[in-house]
Amino acid sequence: MSAPLLSMRTIRKSFGSVHALTDGNLELKRGEIHALCGGNGAGKSTILGILMGFTRPDGGDIQIEGQPVRFANAHQALTAGIAIVQQELSGVPQLSVAENIFLGAAPRRHGFVDFPTLNRHAEDLLARLGFDIDPRAMLGSLSVASQQLVEIAKALSRQDADILIFDEPTSALGERDTQRLFDVLRDLAAAGKGIIYVTHRLAEIFTIADTFTVFKDGATVATGRVADIHRERLIEHMIGGTIDGEYVKDNVPGTDPRLQLRALSRAPWFSKVDLTLHAGEILGIYGLVGSGRSQLLDTIYGLETPDEGDILVGGMPQRPGSVGAALRAGISYVTEDRARSGLVLCASVGANLSLSKVRFIQRLGFIDEAAEKAGILASIQRMGIKTPSPDQIVSNLSGGNQQKVVFGRCTAVAPKVLLLDEPTRGVDVGAKKEIYRFISEFAADGGAVLMVSSELEEIIGMSDRVLVLKQGRTVAEFPRDETTQKALMMAAV
Amino acid sequence: MSGTTPIAKPTFSLQKYGIVLAFLGLCALVSLVCQIKVMQGVWPVNVFLTLNNLMLILHQISVNGVLAVGMTFVVISAGIDLSVGSVLAFSGMVAASFATRYTGVTVWSDTYMVLAPVTAALLGGALCGAVNGWIISRFRIQAFIATLGMLLAARGMTMAVTGGNPISALSPDFRWFGTGRLFGVVPVPVIILILVFAVAWVILNKTVFGRYVYAVGGNEKSARTSGINTRAVLMWVYVLAGFLSGLAGIILTAKTGSAQTAAGTSYELDAIAAVVIGGASLAGGVGRLTGTFFGALIIGVMNNGLDILGVESFYQLIIKGALIVIAVIIDSRRMSP
Repeated sequence: MSAPLLSMRTIRKSFGSVHALTDGNLELKRGEIHALCGGNGAGKSTILGILMGFTRPDGGDIQIEGQPVRFANAHQALTAGIAIVQQELSGVPQLSVAENIFLGAAPRRHGFVDFPTLNRHAEDLLARLGFDIDPRAMLGSLSVASQQLVEIAKALSRQDADILIFDEPTSALGERDTQRLFDVLRDLAAAGKGIIYVTHRLAEIFTIADTFTVFKDGATVATGRVADIHRERLIEHMIGGTIDGEYVKDNVPGTDPRLQLRALSRAPWFSKVDLTLHAGEILGIYGLVGSGRSQLLDTIYGLETPDEGDILVGGMPQRPGSVGAALRAGISYVTEDRARSGLVLCASVGANLSLSKVRFIQRLGFIDEAAEKAGILASIQRMGIKTPSPDQIVSNLSGGNQQKVVFGRCTAVAPKVLLLDEPTRGVDVGAKKEIYRFISEFAADGGAVLMVSSELEEIIGMSDRVLVLKQGRTVAEFPRDETTQKALMMAAV
Repeated sequence: MSGTTPIAKPTFSLQKYGIVLAFLGLCALVSLVCQIKVMQGVWPVNVFLTLNNLMLILHQISVNGVLAVGMTFVVISAGIDLSVGSVLAFSGMVAASFATRYTGVTVWSDTYMVLAPVTAALLGGALCGAVNGWIISRFRIQAFIATLGMLLAARGMTMAVTGGNPISALSPDFRWFGTGRLFGVVPVPVIILILVFAVAWVILNKTVFGRYVYAVGGNEKSARTSGINTRAVLMWVYVLAGFLSGLAGIILTAKTGSAQTAAGTSYELDAIAAVVIGGASLAGGVGRLTGTFFGALIIGVMNNGLDILGVESFYQLIIKGALIVIAVIIDSRRMSP
């Protein structure tokens, strides 16, 4: 039997006193899709960084098809046939799709870029992948999902790449694009490439991957075939303990209406949306990317002004387009993208936690520092935020802890209605469960939750009721016991 | 990819006190060179290390220091204000036009000779700042462009006030703001400078507004979702910068005894330099007033020291230019290990 395509054994790496990797092992065969799992800080990023030549290991060996290799820089890794699709969008928004795909490798004629050939190549590639994107369009004018697809096309354009790494490629994609991506991955595997697939979404592992490796605290703790492992067992490997169920749900919906929308419309995003959210209720909103779900939450919170319709909080009509009014009425909002609109990354954990609250604990404009400090400590405890101190800069925390800081800020003002947009995006399994527990407790204490999510299981696991949004209209409503993945998908597509 | 591992910061950080050390180092260097001259018998005494010279340095940085306070707020809010020098000149001209006895009217009382010019100058400065803030927050124009416009416009207004002529022969009561001394020792501009820093420090560190300035500069979108009226915050930041430019205009005009149309030219650059040397990031969200204070002091000591040592002004410019860039390089390396 021939050597595996990639074999990494007993890889070690320390950053100062932090042991990022103590015993990293990863094996990848041709034609297989290999899921790389583990919580934040488990060592996934470090081992991928070593594979990509970004960082040098302290020890261990790497072999590609039986040949020992050691990369001093990213260029050497690329030359050896390794390509990565980054989680963060890293394209140049001012350049065209085609220019982005062939960035640094554009065909030339007489020293100038040969645009006709460039566009033709890009067109062929996109058509082959089944991505419906105009190669001449400016990258920045595309949706986030399309930009992600361009990123993928870019990685695949380097045809000599044998090992392809996908780092959470679906985090910005809707259901349809995800399916298309999966088809592409299967084709690539069938063509003999080896694919490393990093994701926080367990469902995806079972849909797409053939084999898996679990990292925990810098070491490989499990590896094998996906067909041979149960979902619960996989989670237990990742969190290093047993779990009883992924979702926590102890709330009982009441009958007291907390938030009512009456024929709320904002062109072109959504129109005539009616809904009633009760105290103690978790109402899920499901819809594809572009269905207007985030825009609906933005509008309820007052970041945008509706064209027509009413928002009632606790029966009282709400002043539209005013975040201040929404906050005072008891609405809080955990936005979709914490780095862009949830946190001030360069500020401390404490400053972030009290940012929404300071306006309520001031006297003549001066912050009541004792109250602020107490509030910050209470938030850290309530959300279980792991930070060495409240003065820690928030960008130094892991994704899960950053998300808890957003939750902490939003709930520090004691809201009655919590709007959640993708509340667990980019959060590892352990932190996910803590967030679910928090949402459940919030509702059990009489809070009302409106939750947008594109993770079907999350919607089904947490919601008392699910509304399906399609092209800006509510097209279906399911009570908890009638919600199934199939029913939701059928209604949404 | 997963987030970075949290790393605890050292308890005593050079980061926090590096600027103070740099300042002390500079003072030590200048006084050492002076001491050598004394030992060589060139100078009778070490002229750098005297109370008079200390007061002189503080006096010299008072105008730039006041401008730099406003600039600190602006820079933390992720903006820049290029118009402070011109607004200073405009306010100074407005003040002078109220503070001279040769306006054709002679019935003004002494109190009026102080109140009217001061109020008019502060209002004029704040108004220019309000226009900046309005354009930036309402039309989402880059601060660089908006205040570049004001840099030209305010200079034009300065000349328009008097048809391009300077105004001199100012009332002695008004001139007290520039030349007076408290207890015969501390110059009034130094008192104003210290008061401005103290009040601004309280605003930036102890009030909700100060917190919002950091948040808006750090991430405007997140600030908005946190319930902050980001437009109002930006508006007030530029009003404050304009107001302080007006105050600086009063000090400079009172100090020199006349309002010149070319006053304050390129002062914005010194103010920005003080803020940046003080550790603020032009990307916003980061900066401290204590840093700015020492930034202004470092520039002051350098000007003073080089003057005392008789270094020609063109070499002074070269040294100053190098210092600003080196300070920022050190700062950026410190931030990203």
